[in-house]
Amino acid sequence: MTKEKIRKIESFVALSLSALAAFAGLFWLIFILGDVLIEGISALNPNLFLKDPVPPGVEGGGLRNAFVGQLLITIGATVIGVPLGVLGGTFLAEYARGRKISQFISILSDIMVSVPSIVVGTFIYAVLVKPFGHFNGWAGAIALAIIMVPVVLRTTEDMLKLVPWTLREAAFALGAPYYKVIVQVVYRGAATGIITGILLSIARVAGETAPLLFTSFNNSFFSFNMNEPIASLTVTIFQYAMGPYDSWHAQAWAAALIITVFILLLTLTGRAIIRWRYGKQ
Amino acid sequence: MEVRKAMIGFELEVKDLDFFYGGSVHALKKIKLPVHKHDITALIGPSGCGKTTLLRCFNRMHDLYPGNRYEGEIIFEGTNILKKEIDLIDLRSRIGMVFQKPTPFPMSIFDNIAYGLRLKGIKKRSELSELVELALRHAALWEEVKDKLNASAYALSGGQQQRLVIARALAVEPEVLLFDEPSSSLDPISTSKIEELVVELKKEVTIIIVTHNMQQAARVSDWTGFLMLGELIEFDRTDKIFTNPSQQLTEDYITGRFG
Amino acid sequence: MLFRKNPIDLIFSAITAIASFSVLIFVAGILLVLVLESRVSFEHFGVWRFITSADWDPVRESFGAATNIFGTAVTTFLALIFAIPVALGIAVFVTEIAPDWMKGPVSIAIELLAAIPSIIYGMWGLFTLAPIMSDYIEPALQGTLGKVPILGLLFEGTPMGIDILTASLILSIMIIPFTASISRDAFNLTPALVKESAYAVGATKWEVVKNVIIPYSRIGVFGGIVLSLGRALGETMAVAFVLGNNHQITKSLFDAAATITVTLANEFTEADTDVYLSSLFYLALILFVMSFIILAIAKFFLIRAEKRYSR
Repeated sequence: MTKEKIRKIESFVALSLSALAAFAGLFWLIFILGDVLIEGISALNPNLFLKDPVPPGVEGGGLRNAFVGQLLITIGATVIGVPLGVLGGTFLAEYARGRKISQFISILSDIMVSVPSIVVGTFIYAVLVKPFGHFNGWAGAIALAIIMVPVVLRTTEDMLKLVPWTLREAAFALGAPYYKVIVQVVYRGAATGIITGILLSIARVAGETAPLLFTSFNNSFFSFNMNEPIASLTVTIFQYAMGPYDSWHAQAWAAALIITVFILLLTLTGRAIIRWRYGKQ
Repeated sequence: MEVRKAMIGFELEVKDLDFFYGGSVHALKKIKLPVHKHDITALIGPSGCGKTTLLRCFNRMHDLYPGNRYEGEIIFEGTNILKKEIDLIDLRSRIGMVFQKPTPFPMSIFDNIAYGLRLKGIKKRSELSELVELALRHAALWEEVKDKLNASAYALSGGQQQRLVIARALAVEPEVLLFDEPSSSLDPISTSKIEELVVELKKEVTIIIVTHNMQQAARVSDWTGFLMLGELIEFDRTDKIFTNPSQQLTEDYITGRFG
Repeated sequence: MLFRKNPIDLIFSAITAIASFSVLIFVAGILLVLVLESRVSFEHFGVWRFITSADWDPVRESFGAATNIFGTAVTTFLALIFAIPVALGIAVFVTEIAPDWMKGPVSIAIELLAAIPSIIYGMWGLFTLAPIMSDYIEPALQGTLGKVPILGLLFEGTPMGIDILTASLILSIMIIPFTASISRDAFNLTPALVKESAYAVGATKWEVVKNVIIPYSRIGVFGGIVLSLGRALGETMAVAFVLGNNHQITKSLFDAAATITVTLANEFTEADTDVYLSSLFYLALILFVMSFIILAIAKFFLIRAEKRYSR
């Protein structure tokens, strides 16, 4: 066998292995999503959305309170986290551009994006649960907001920096003050990217469980009250899946399906917008 | 004609201007330069000679960045516009600027032109429409866009976008318009359209144009200043500069011996 | 810089500045609070004793972090071993092997995998993977590798499916898309010109990957791996379902164990004494510091990689 032949075979083998790896990756995706789909669909029924939990053994319960609670917590987190993130990113990309403080906060945010979310939960417990003596929905929302802010801040900063500098100069040359340049020209130019960043950050926190475990905790009753423990889909999935009852397992699968579909849709939409607006990545 | 112009005085007069980037880089040295009203003054010279630096002094663009320092005077309507107390927002509505690459804002064509007007406080739709049309006509763009004023400015071609930007600058009716290599990113046909436009405009606006294209300067301008390494080597009527320059350096540059 | 004269600019810049400082406040706040809350446990157990003690006895009120650190380290380490080759393989496939029409869909698939919340992985692990492990894979492993001396120690005990091996497997599936994505981005930064010159001297595709692309992008890939390590350390839900929460240091992959995150998830609301709760905070503090340092190291490498590649 010539050296050349050996090299070609080696190349073929190595590349086949990586193709195998790629398909293994795809395999897991299909396997997992398929499972969620099959198990989840069989447990889907209108009661899920219309009824609240019933004691195990009793028929006809649902997760209405968990859907509502999850919605409230997510909206709360978004309302707190998004403005902080967008304004913070604006500071880094505009008023503080190039300065050391901007780099420092940017790096810190990148680190915070990947920090264990359960640690954030313990922090909020000490600060917003213990002093009040009981779990509450706001604590959960704020815990999620802490996770959202670095994500939104970094995407906003990156998107704002993509807007060419001469655009700002052109606005200055017409006599505009800086804040008007930012709000009227730069934000408009970066709007699509910033909105996508927000969508993706919502997708990220909508599926979080750990930070809610000891902040908003859970609640088997229907409630809009964020000052008390409130139900969430993710924590409910955790409790039900770990529990002993088949009916609980079924509901957990159904809830898992709904959350997964929601998050995947948000993610696909976000990525699609980026691809359309900014070309192939 | 010359006497009458002399009596009116210069639109702008640069007196002993020194400029320092970041406080220490001496970029412009003792520049003395008159800018004649309703004429086109071209600034030429090799890369890095300071022609753009000089241009950006006229509308105080350097103030956007920390550490820059002016010494000397630029007289505009009797006042030295390099003084700290000058209202930059007012100054920039009277001395406008067009940049190298077209910079349309991410808005409709109408909103682009109206931007400067709205900054000045003009809100009424009818008034804005009138002024927008006027500006677009001046920039020789009205016929091409009158049916799609609400379309995004990005839908226009490069040459059209540059004329849009010129219209945007014209809308606030400045006395002076600064052009920083306005056609360097355009194709030859768009370039000649811009040049025609600039010559038309000088009837109403004083124009200073920086260009690295000598033939453009020769075609378009009435006066030419040649800079090198931050110094003004020669300033004179364009035909004189290009046919019989008095400085050797000028002649070397014109004939292509360097730069 | 640009807003000396305008009062509205002053206000707006102040507002945006305060918003950005919120990140600083969060980091400092978390550190401070965790340290304060760990005080009680710290006073009882100190630093070295806590870290090395394998005790975890709520009744006798004796706590130590060793079992948790062990579990965290082992699951993360195993997860990386499983994940890295697969992730790199995927990255190579997407950048060099796949035909153009396939690159998009496969990339999207990877991104979707990365977006699936960890609790879904956990649930799936509990209901689908764990039974497969306990019924088929683990007995098979025990029957083959389990017979090999020394190596066999890894495969002792009754395969229940709820153990270190399953947990590490789930964790690795979770990290794969993330690592693959970063590696793919790093590979794509290799200039086409450099690759073409390699092909031009007759290199095979694999040789271009091995000798040109991987060396060129190794800083970025390494940074990505360290980043995945940091993420894996902090994973809770994927592991909580299938690890078992048994505080022990063990050598068999078929045993249950405990990680810091799983212990926190399972025991935080049960802690009934001050020492117990404080020890949990102490664990959280250790985890926070560990992951912060590792993520900072990752960021360091990623910044170096970016600097190297910018024109």
